[in-house]
Amino acid sequence: MMEKSIPDSKKNKAAINWRGVITGVFLFLVLALLTLGLLQANRGLLKVGEPAPDFVLNTFDGDQIDTSELRGQVIVVNVWASWCTTCVYEAVELEQAYQMYRDRGVVFLGVDWSDTETKALEYLQRFGITYPNGPDLAGRIYRDYRLKGVPETFIIDSAGRLSSVKIGAYASLEEIVQAIEFALDS
Amino acid sequence: MRKKINTAACCFIVVIMSFAVVRASAQEGQPTDDDVNAIAKQLYCPVCENTPLDVCGTQACIDWRVEIRQKLTEGWSEEEIIQYFVDRHGMQVLVQPPAEGFYLFIYIVPPLILFMGILILMCAVRGWRKHVPVESPGLSPDEQDFYMTRIEDELRRRQDDA
Repeated sequence: MMEKSIPDSKKNKAAINWRGVITGVFLFLVLALLTLGLLQANRGLLKVGEPAPDFVLNTFDGDQIDTSELRGQVIVVNVWASWCTTCVYEAVELEQAYQMYRDRGVVFLGVDWSDTETKALEYLQRFGITYPNGPDLAGRIYRDYRLKGVPETFIIDSAGRLSSVKIGAYASLEEIVQAIEFALDS
Repeated sequence: MRKKINTAACCFIVVIMSFAVVRASAQEGQPTDDDVNAIAKQLYCPVCENTPLDVCGTQACIDWRVEIRQKLTEGWSEEEIIQYFVDRHGMQVLVQPPAEGFYLFIYIVPPLILFMGILILMCAVRGWRKHVPVESPGLSPDEQDFYMTRIEDELRRRQDDA
């Protein structure tokens, strides 16, 4: 009976191709890095119903407002800049809405993005804005709320979830009122 | 007459020079556009992507440049002004982030990818060259015997089955 074993020279071919493995791992890492970057860039906007990220606003008046301590209240977060030409269209209406709702427990917060303090204060004075406003330090709020520009307004309901997201300026006071009423009802 | 003209000319020159001195002393301490731009070009525009502050014409950048000028006038140093903008607007405003922490990746990853890419390409080219005209070494006599025996066994088995 003849022994039918594979010769040694054939066995050597089963040895690991290290060059191929290293190349494969490297290509995988590069692709993983690119995928992560793309996913990060295309996270999209925050959606209604999602939990609103908490933040601390250091106001121009020197106060510190932590949104996590405002749970149970409706919060209107308006992100703006003094150089933003669209922001001026809703500035007066937002202040009017604040005056209407301040006694009903609705909190208004103005977040000033990529601005200089001098110009921001001039803007607030020009439109007679009295609700708390402060700079978005290091652009954290802009990043956490995944903004694409200014103005954008987020209304957070009493449970801390986003009740409405407005990209661009509100067209009228009625539109603001409608959005706040919806948040108060939900 | 000539002496009078010379005297008048000297007086004229002295007056002109004194104006220049007054003007120079008035500007002393005031930052020039170059001073402002030296800092501005180290920062990115917050609105336009990848546009340095010194060449951007948006209102946001104009305001930022005014702020830089203001800080320079107040005696702030270049480092202090840049740190002020980083604290206020985040590390992303820097044209050249510091080579530390997470930002170290920016300096390491691209050259590494380039290096590995060149290495892979070199290996691939070497592999292609090696494989083109090479003749097959064929089987050793031992291997030939082994396979021939197996073929003959197989043929014999089939004949027996038939």
